[in-house]
Amino acid sequence: MLTLLRLRLSAGIFFNSFLVTIASTLLQVVTSALAAYAFARFKFKGKKFLFLLFLGTMMIPVEVTLVPNYLILSKLGWIDTYTALVIPWAVSVFGIFLMRQFFVSLPAELFDQAQIDGCTHWQILWKIVLPISKPVFITVGLFSMLGSWNSFLWPLIMTNSESMRTVPVGLSYFTLEYATRYHLMMAAALFATLPVLVVYFFAQKYFIEGISTSGMK
Amino acid sequence: MKKNETFLAYLFILPAALVIIVFHIFPTVYSWYVSLFNWDLISPAGEFVGLGNYKKLFADADFWKALLNTLYFALGTIPLSIACSFAVAYGLSRRIRGLSFFRTVYFLPVVTSVNAVAMIWLWIYHPDAGILNWFLGFFGVAPHKWLLDPDWAMPAVILMSVWKSLGYNIIIFLVAILSIPREYYEAAGIDGASGFSLFRHITLPLVMPAIFFVSLVSLIGSFQTFTQIYMLTPDGGPLKSTMVIVYYLYQNAFVFFKAGYASAISFVIFVIIFTLTLLQNKYWGEKIDYEN
Repeated sequence: MLTLLRLRLSAGIFFNSFLVTIASTLLQVVTSALAAYAFARFKFKGKKFLFLLFLGTMMIPVEVTLVPNYLILSKLGWIDTYTALVIPWAVSVFGIFLMRQFFVSLPAELFDQAQIDGCTHWQILWKIVLPISKPVFITVGLFSMLGSWNSFLWPLIMTNSESMRTVPVGLSYFTLEYATRYHLMMAAALFATLPVLVVYFFAQKYFIEGISTSGMK
Repeated sequence: MKKNETFLAYLFILPAALVIIVFHIFPTVYSWYVSLFNWDLISPAGEFVGLGNYKKLFADADFWKALLNTLYFALGTIPLSIACSFAVAYGLSRRIRGLSFFRTVYFLPVVTSVNAVAMIWLWIYHPDAGILNWFLGFFGVAPHKWLLDPDWAMPAVILMSVWKSLGYNIIIFLVAILSIPREYYEAAGIDGASGFSLFRHITLPLVMPAIFFVSLVSLIGSFQTFTQIYMLTPDGGPLKSTMVIVYYLYQNAFVFFKAGYASAISFVIFVIIFTLTLLQNKYWGEKIDYEN
């Protein structure tokens, strides 16, 4: 049984999922923090417009952009690559929104003092804001991670070779092949869920707070 | 200094803006453009048909079936999920002891991938080996074919979706219930209200906004439902009984390779979700104003 599992839900599939999840989570946190910092602390032309434009994209469901994105990724030659699974998901508008809310609530003196001490904005963000905003960074990171690990329709369409499958895509093929062997299916489902369960047990406070305060899904 | 700040601001926003524009905003516009063509995704260019795809769409029985199936799914999931999760949240709010344990348990299906959850339910629903038929057998209920039966496939998908969504809704309701000030209940208690009357006249009206929020979010979610359909009924169900709108879109785009036609379906989904989200934001905005 284990041999079968190894064969179908091979280490490669887990490697793909880990790689894509870690890469997109890191990117999401960094790009969201940068944008959130700009929206929270800088005065510039078009700020309100850009912010509303960003928020507006939350009204665009992924499903609607599947066909055009498939065409765009084909043009870029990204189909069936890690890039296709990571770069289009390198931003979280909800992350920007949540972080901005938090940054705005920080006292202005903190930033003024840091600037007087000669810190650049880049340094302020990573050396002063990040340590005192840890909960919001963790919350955004966790939701990115979860979204990325569980994402199905996108990798199903944007990859086609077996070696590029992620865990959820692997599970769907596994189900088609072993539909009647339930002990195998249960084992596969458990394996696929373990990483999420581990993270969840250590960080459930952040998940639950994230949903309680923002309704984020 | 000021100019420098503007430049820096744009620089900070640039990475996010690039991704959002290239992979979210542009595709939405491009989708509308593609919907004006007949195109198989493979040949270099399609044939311009104007609004032809939309005309075809509105005369397409399968499209209407997919929309109706989506509504069936929404109407089947939302009230049931709200009723169950509200009951659990209310129970949890009464008995705080063990709250975090139950919260953890109920929330587990929410973080688990739909794919893994669906694999468990495939087993539950199996006509011969599944525990559902085995369990119903004790009550003398004849075995059903569930996912293979055109009448039962959708209810089966609905039941799984309700189970998966419970934890999320419980948390929203729990927050809403626990945020009601104690004094309201005490004051009403002095006036002689008790038990059901407290629930009916204090809890329920004050939790109404949360119920509305959950309904809208779930309704939007229904128009995006795909994974559980694909996992439980890979071909869209017996007699297309579980073919929801996103499944129909997926089929047209990536099984039949009708990019233009699929884009027309996308645009319809977009209009529906956009309208629902505006409604939700309107409510959200009001709620924020109210609280401040």
